[in-house]
Amino acid sequence: MDLSYSKEELAFRDEVRAFLAEKLPKEISDAVRAGGELTKAMMEEWHALLNARGWLATIWPKDFGGPGWSPVQKHIFEEECCRAYAPRIVPFGLNMLGPVLIEFGSKAQQDHYLPRILDGTDWWCQGYSEPGAGSDLASLKTRAERDGDHWVINGQKTWTTLGQHADWIFCLCRTDPEAKPQAGISFILVDMATPGIELRPIKLIEGGHEVNEIFFTDVRVPIGNLVGEENKGWTIAKFLLTHERTGIAGVGFSIQALEEVKAIARKTMRGGRPLIEDPLFAARIAQAEIDLEAMKITNLRMLFKAQAQGAPGPETSLLKIKGTVINQELRDLARRALGPAAAPFPGHVGEGNLMFGPPDTEHNAARYFNNRKTSIFGGSNEIQRNIVTKTMLEL
Amino acid sequence: MDFNLTEDRQMLADTLSRFLADQYPVEHRIKVAYEAPYHDPALWEQMVELGALYALAPESAGGMGGTGFDIAVVFEALGKALCPEPVLGALMASRLLTAADADQEALLTGATKYAVAITEIDAPYALEQISTEARETETGFVLSGRKSTVYGGQVADEILVAARHGGRLGVFAVTSADANITGYGMMDGGGAAEVLLDETPARLVLAEAEAALQDAVNAGIVALCAEAVGAMDVTHATTVDYLKQRKQFGVPIGKFQVLQHRAVDMLTEIEQARSITIKAAAELGGEDAAKYASMAKNMIGRAARLVAEESIQMHGGIAMTWEYAVSHYAKRLVMLDAQLGDTDYHLSQVMKGYAA
Repeated sequence: MDLSYSKEELAFRDEVRAFLAEKLPKEISDAVRAGGELTKAMMEEWHALLNARGWLATIWPKDFGGPGWSPVQKHIFEEECCRAYAPRIVPFGLNMLGPVLIEFGSKAQQDHYLPRILDGTDWWCQGYSEPGAGSDLASLKTRAERDGDHWVINGQKTWTTLGQHADWIFCLCRTDPEAKPQAGISFILVDMATPGIELRPIKLIEGGHEVNEIFFTDVRVPIGNLVGEENKGWTIAKFLLTHERTGIAGVGFSIQALEEVKAIARKTMRGGRPLIEDPLFAARIAQAEIDLEAMKITNLRMLFKAQAQGAPGPETSLLKIKGTVINQELRDLARRALGPAAAPFPGHVGEGNLMFGPPDTEHNAARYFNNRKTSIFGGSNEIQRNIVTKTMLEL
Repeated sequence: MDFNLTEDRQMLADTLSRFLADQYPVEHRIKVAYEAPYHDPALWEQMVELGALYALAPESAGGMGGTGFDIAVVFEALGKALCPEPVLGALMASRLLTAADADQEALLTGATKYAVAITEIDAPYALEQISTEARETETGFVLSGRKSTVYGGQVADEILVAARHGGRLGVFAVTSADANITGYGMMDGGGAAEVLLDETPARLVLAEAEAALQDAVNAGIVALCAEAVGAMDVTHATTVDYLKQRKQFGVPIGKFQVLQHRAVDMLTEIEQARSITIKAAAELGGEDAAKYASMAKNMIGRAARLVAEESIQMHGGIAMTWEYAVSHYAKRLVMLDAQLGDTDYHLSQVMKGYAA
């Protein structure tokens, strides 16, 4: 039993820190710290900086342009990025499609798409959920039918994160309506510029534009855009979801949130004293901090296990459940610590208006509401409980 | 980073677990834990012969362990078996004797049973509130005050008492025969004692002992947390097993999602509790030991109560019976919160760090 990093891992951490100190542009980290939406240009700039260092495709094998990191190194990298308020790597091409193509794609697909993901030529989005297929993803209805050398796609996808920036979308489509739900699904790559695709923004609870719905009407896609075997898309879908769950505890983001809560509670005055000295509020912070401290170790334990076994196990579901709840609790505390100062809509209060909190806190209510998504996406926390029930409790 | 036990510790865990499983089955435990002397003297001797106590002290003090992880391994095994033997007193006394650089061979061989008396009725947890007084005489010291719920005090030969002397805390040894001791059994099994001190003769073990007492408390907390993790593992496994066996409405009740999800939530909290215990064990003896001990004891208090209450609820009536083991595990899990600082006390300790 030893919780400390090895000498090599510590050296790696210093290397990451030095890189972030030198390369991460201040206007980008300021934007991340403020908690508002990042522009496409900011995300692309950050990706390019990481790519130049060879640190963009953190989970790809070395042969495909990944850095060849161990799970622990990947964890250290993510932890340091959070500490420095670097943007989250946009996951759809890099952490979702990339590993899928590496595992299931043809040589030609790998050679064509992977370099374009790395250099930012293609921005990808994810076509999984549908209005009638959320937790019950296998009931999806978007249809892909063979017509000569093409698939013809009709249907609707939804909750498509950052689809407004995307050049391509990877879709789960029903290719055999007669088979059992899981057995008739295929994984197909679609150019967003194809005629018949219409993207409509969905305005979210806090007013932001993060997700979209996408309509497909007789969209013709070359036959070669199928990944893996026809009707074997469910296997790919499950593979991808496992990758999506690693790092989903969001420990780094919760560490950020805790620091923010404490900073706000030190500045906010109640009855002539800083809020952090109010025993009721301090107790709430303390409880969340203790939960987070345990989560850090739980996260490392799972990481250690993944490193030993070569793949993350069903325990990642436990991480997802608890990690998201802790993060949501901290976001709630940040909002509550501000009190009425959290109420104004972001951007509505000019800097000259001193009644309200400092400008770096203006997004707190928005972030609280936006973060309710974390216990819903990537397989809702209830679905995670079903997974644990089946795989770990064997009930 | 390594979350595996070393070979030595794994061997210790296996040996102790096997011994307890063979010699201390839960039916036997239920019998001995609630009747004077509230433990099994014969099994205590066998356990001591296995070397269980040596694992609690560092080599410099004649032991073979003494780190947080050594302690955790021993107490997790004790927790699994719901063992009521007075090992906690031995551990905490060993920490104090080590700090005092005093001989502890009699402790490690089990020849002398030790208890540590910190708690007072009006000062259950906070060292700074201790009011028992030590007075120096021509021949040594005498102590006056009342120590409460001294775990293992009902069978201890020697009691190490925290008492005030000239404003500072000292540790004093009192021979049980010299004090007015009332032993009793506990709701969750095992025993404790009220120790009345009235000009009771004592020997000074360690002066200016605040740091040593805090270290003994920290070690005791690691032990209790590990004990709780062991007991929670068994309780959860028993509950999940029952969900598979028990049929109502024609199906095993484990087919009901409302119970499945609660069983998962228990597991999540147990894993979190295991994690914070590992952290507290790793930090024991270090600069931040008290902080992480407080974090661990707070989380254990919450998790243990959840596991206790949920396991009873999900079993239904059977877990309300004396005969069924889960009821005894549940009692231990709930009552250990009141040892060495409860959930709220330790939350307030963590909060103290926030003041500017």
